[in-house]
Amino acid sequence: MSGGFALDRNGRFVLRLEPVERMLMISLCEQIIELVAPDEADPDADPLAAAVGIDAAAMTPEDPVLLRLFPEAYTEDPAASSDFRRFTERDLRQTKLNHAETVLDCLERSGEKLLIPVALGPSWLGFMNDVRLALGERIGIDDDFHEEVADLPEDDPRLAMVGVYDWFTYLQDSLVQIMLP
Amino acid sequence: MKAVRKTSRMSIAPAEVEQTQTLHEPDRPWITIVWNDPVNLMSYVTYVFMTYFHYDREKAEKLMLDVHEEGRAVVSNGTRESMERDVTAMHGFGLWATLQKDE
Repeated sequence: MSGGFALDRNGRFVLRLEPVERMLMISLCEQIIELVAPDEADPDADPLAAAVGIDAAAMTPEDPVLLRLFPEAYTEDPAASSDFRRFTERDLRQTKLNHAETVLDCLERSGEKLLIPVALGPSWLGFMNDVRLALGERIGIDDDFHEEVADLPEDDPRLAMVGVYDWFTYLQDSLVQIMLP
Repeated sequence: MKAVRKTSRMSIAPAEVEQTQTLHEPDRPWITIVWNDPVNLMSYVTYVFMTYFHYDREKAEKLMLDVHEEGRAVVSNGTRESMERDVTAMHGFGLWATLQKDE
């Protein structure tokens, strides 16, 4: 597997990806985009509400991955959580969508060597974090997970996801280390 | 002269502090809590606290360790509106955050 992020002489982030890693990352961008993109405009929806970021139909998601990406804002007040969601979820989805689209654009413009302007660093961090949150939820990552991985059967589909998760952990940490003020 | 000035300043200070507290307390009854989760990296959580809240590294790391070790930490306080803004920002970064009235 290739190395993590580095900083070049011109102050840009450099990331070298094997062709298979680049294809995998493009696919992950597309999956996150599909997951977080706000629903197509409902013809009956209030256009003014949509314009100011209110989604009257936003409800607590049943999919645990979506619930992790768009968590409840109040622990003991479902009505307040629900109001909060209607007022904020559309914008939050847009933020995450922008991160994934920014990364996808970088990947599509480059070959195996990516040169990324520092201004795009936060989008890369956000995208990698969303991928890890989604995978972590699907795999069932908890504090003891890596001790349990050793006991998983070879054909367990979660093993491939664990490989991607660990790779993204490594990549994200390498970028954070450069970006820490 | 210097000494006198200093003394008079010092005698004024406690009154100012008291006044500030009475003035601000009713406006700051809400808190933002960040909860521990097994995915977010310690380095990333520190980065988020430094860049969003503009906390220095020491304070950001202390809060990050509180989240990691105690399971949660209060990261900001203020009006309900400003706490909703902070929680939205935390969710944007992928941290698990909630707001509530301070007890």
